[in-house]
Amino acid sequence: MTAADPAQSEEVVLSARELVKTYQMGEVKVHALRGVDMNLRSGEFLVLLGASGSGKSTLLNILGGLDTATSGTVVYRGQDLTKADDEELTEFRRAHVGFVFQFYNLIPSLTAEENVRLVADIADNPMSPVDALELVGLGPRKDHFPSQLSGGEQQRVAIARAVCKQPDVLLCDEPTGALDFRTGILVLETLERVNRELGTTTAVITHNVPIAQMANTVVELVDGQVSKVEHRETKLPASGLRW
Amino acid sequence: MDVINRKLLRDLSQMRGQVITIGLVVAAGVAAYVTLQGTWTSLESSKTAYYERQRFADVFARLKRAPRSVVSDLESIDGVAEVDARIADAVMVPIKTLREPASGLIVSLPDYGSPRLNQLHLVAGSMPEPGRPDDALVLESFARAHSLEVGDTVPVVINGTIRSVRITGIAMSPEHVFPAPTTGIFSDEKRFAVFWMRESVMAPAFDMTNAFNDVSVRLQPGASLDAVMAAMDRVLDPYGGVGAFGRKDQASNSIVEGELTQLKAMGTVAPMIFLGVAAFLLNVVLSRLVLLQRAQIATLKAVGYGKSAIGLHYVKLVCLIALSGSALGIAGGAYLGSAMTEMYTQYFRFPLLAFELDPRLVSVAVSVSLLAGIVGAVASATRIANLPPAEAMRPAAPPTYGSSLLDKLGAYRFIAPAARMVVREIERQPLRTGLSVIGIAFAVSIMVLARVSSDAMAMLLDMQFQQAWKEDVMVSFLDPLSDGAVRELEHLPGVLYAEGMRMVPVRFVHDGRKRESAILGYPEDGQLRRVIDVERREVPIPESGVMLTAKLAEILGVSVGDELRVEMLEGDRKTVSLRVSSLAAEPFGLQGHMRMSELHRAFGEEATASMALLRIDPREYTRTEPKLKELPKIGGVLRKQTIIDQFKAQSADMMLVFSLILTLFAATIAVGVVYNNARVALSMRSRDLASLRVLGFRRGEISAVLLGELAVQVLLAIPIGIAIGAWMSKAMMNMSDPEQYRLPVMLSTETYAYAAGVTMAAGLVSALLVRRKLDKLDLIGVLKTRE
Repeated sequence: MTAADPAQSEEVVLSARELVKTYQMGEVKVHALRGVDMNLRSGEFLVLLGASGSGKSTLLNILGGLDTATSGTVVYRGQDLTKADDEELTEFRRAHVGFVFQFYNLIPSLTAEENVRLVADIADNPMSPVDALELVGLGPRKDHFPSQLSGGEQQRVAIARAVCKQPDVLLCDEPTGALDFRTGILVLETLERVNRELGTTTAVITHNVPIAQMANTVVELVDGQVSKVEHRETKLPASGLRW
Repeated sequence: MDVINRKLLRDLSQMRGQVITIGLVVAAGVAAYVTLQGTWTSLESSKTAYYERQRFADVFARLKRAPRSVVSDLESIDGVAEVDARIADAVMVPIKTLREPASGLIVSLPDYGSPRLNQLHLVAGSMPEPGRPDDALVLESFARAHSLEVGDTVPVVINGTIRSVRITGIAMSPEHVFPAPTTGIFSDEKRFAVFWMRESVMAPAFDMTNAFNDVSVRLQPGASLDAVMAAMDRVLDPYGGVGAFGRKDQASNSIVEGELTQLKAMGTVAPMIFLGVAAFLLNVVLSRLVLLQRAQIATLKAVGYGKSAIGLHYVKLVCLIALSGSALGIAGGAYLGSAMTEMYTQYFRFPLLAFELDPRLVSVAVSVSLLAGIVGAVASATRIANLPPAEAMRPAAPPTYGSSLLDKLGAYRFIAPAARMVVREIERQPLRTGLSVIGIAFAVSIMVLARVSSDAMAMLLDMQFQQAWKEDVMVSFLDPLSDGAVRELEHLPGVLYAEGMRMVPVRFVHDGRKRESAILGYPEDGQLRRVIDVERREVPIPESGVMLTAKLAEILGVSVGDELRVEMLEGDRKTVSLRVSSLAAEPFGLQGHMRMSELHRAFGEEATASMALLRIDPREYTRTEPKLKELPKIGGVLRKQTIIDQFKAQSADMMLVFSLILTLFAATIAVGVVYNNARVALSMRSRDLASLRVLGFRRGEISAVLLGELAVQVLLAIPIGIAIGAWMSKAMMNMSDPEQYRLPVMLSTETYAYAAGVTMAAGLVSALLVRRKLDKLDLIGVLKTRE
């Protein structure tokens, strides 16, 4: 039952080696990442924990091709992203990565379905936008505009938008950060369902420790370095989480 | 420096692209205002001062001959302040430097001192010594055109005898500010000469000793012009008076006034529109710019800045932009204004014509732009400052979009979501889109407005000289001649065809209104002259009765079918009654048209012609011309091409410069609007666009979303702008309805193409500039921050 136990899978989708990222902020050098090594394995649900400023967003952005590292390598299925230029990174994101952000980032002038279709239109092998919305439980609300949806619903539209192109990797940056507890659980259940039913490799970054209980793998980041990697044998369903 | 002021300077430097373009919009509006209005006021005040100083007369009259004693009769007329009687007659100047002889006037000077009225402004030399025959002053424009100097001699045909006139001085005259023959409407300084001679020397040549044939009158303040003219006519009638006329019918002044009316329309309406448009744009652009600072305003409020402090902050921002734009506009406007005033001296001969920068003018321009900017910016700032800081610090609620008609119709099914973003943005933000479209449309409209005058002039030129006048040369006779004389001209070398025309100077009288004018008589099978109306249609000469210029009929208050009293102003001065059989909305002049035979019959005269129209072989003209010059009884020889060249060199050039300046301003405004629109749209949409980039959209694809919106705005604005422009042109043209010519409001296709082209080019340049910004879009930054 290898698929059901992705932590044991040896197929690495994304890997980072000795990743360093420094920003020059005026006269001060900020070391956001100081030599990070990590793997994202096929089909796993990974939670990246860390306090604010620990570098977890920077790591996610580099893994997703939104940013480039100062040194070190990022490899996606044998493709070295470190050497990719802007065009190639765009193509990488377009073909393989789905993003979910704290602030949803929906296009206000498009309905839920249209927001999803926006991505389906440029994907090679998308699922139907309506199916994607059904998957996140928003089938009946597909004709609503963002301003007519609650925060949790908007976030689930964002998830539908991210998964409809059937990405290899789903990267979520604080997806529950702007939501209350009940809505947050609803969103996490959606991510769990996507991971389980579609087998999409998922990485969620959060500073909310209890969320780690639903992961196959937990990576903790402190001050730009990996302080702990934990492969969990048993994971809690999202509905069982409390904070 | 206070931190808030430091913020101001940094904001300005950070937004410099927008600051510069907005500043240029203000500068263009202010400069247009200062240039045009300044040129007009300068010309107007120069003219008034000059007329005053040289004691330019109020009433003029010509007559056959009256003894000097009649002057006291004129002086005793109620309302007359001063009378100046003199001798004046037409002369021909066969000067070597011209192919055709120049025409002109010779006017007497009192034997001692200066004339009482219409005094001369001596530019060089001195007044002629009394008693020295053939000494004369010459008109400055003619002297300049032929490089004549004091001491030179000029051949002048005075009353049929050629004399060698010696120039003792060069003078300007308020009667010849616009140096043109009485019938001309084009300045013709090369071909129009005026000489002034001492009376005692001149009188014997004209048999005018102790007599006069020309009189000028200055009115007492408050005197009735009409009453004085009527009284003068009564006094002068026994002496062959051909009717007194006021300043507005004086040849030079009527042109000057006409030009000034034209310039006033151009110089008051156009700059108002420019300034208004610039102000409107300043208002819109600044209010949007401030909206983008929502979070900053909230933060300022949260840390304790009051609403008035925040308001003041933005007032300062606007002041810095508007004042530097105004300063640039005033400097540029003053420069262009003096250049234009300088250009006017080419054909308005005022001494000391200087461009004046009226401080009131400047303060109007500056206040209008300041006010518009401040209102726009402060309104936005106040709106934001009125929100509780906590609310204002959150991003504005997602704009509400709902299903629209297009949704219900299912129209969106057929377009991709990216295109839907464009369409919905436009559809759901009608006010913002509308303001942007109106802004760009205004920029388009002032480009149309800028070119309307030159279009009209070109049209007029074509209508009059290509379609209506088909002859090559016009020969005017000193006195009417028989048809045989016209036929004789056909035998001259190079003359292909000759046609006679009768022109009778007349006075039209109807219902107490009167007007000096002329009736043109056309030969039955005439081929060379046609009457073309402003719609470019040929108007046939009626079989019987007289056809009047529509404007003339309006002045006289007559309509088709009315009987009109017509007094002939030459020969036996017969008075007849003519029926108005049709009207012609012709662009030029105020006159009557009749068949030649009808004209002869009505006035009971022999078949005569007062001029001949010739078609010539251009290769032979060098042979034709000297022969024409040799003929006796020829008053003037004018090549049509000469008039066209002259006109193009003067009026057309003037119009071109005018248009060029305005077009430059209009284009600046267009670029400013389109660019700022694009920048504001970019700021407002950057979050959406960055989201799209993150989702894997390529640069080209997101550019299409933003630029598609701009393209739609520009494309909507062009037809609207052209319509507004045409409407404004009509309004401006209506303001100037000089009696000499009526410019048709006919905009050329080139003007439309030009306005559309410049706007699209401005759009394209803005798109490229914005595209560069789009390429540098900070994906992570935009997604992390709320605004």
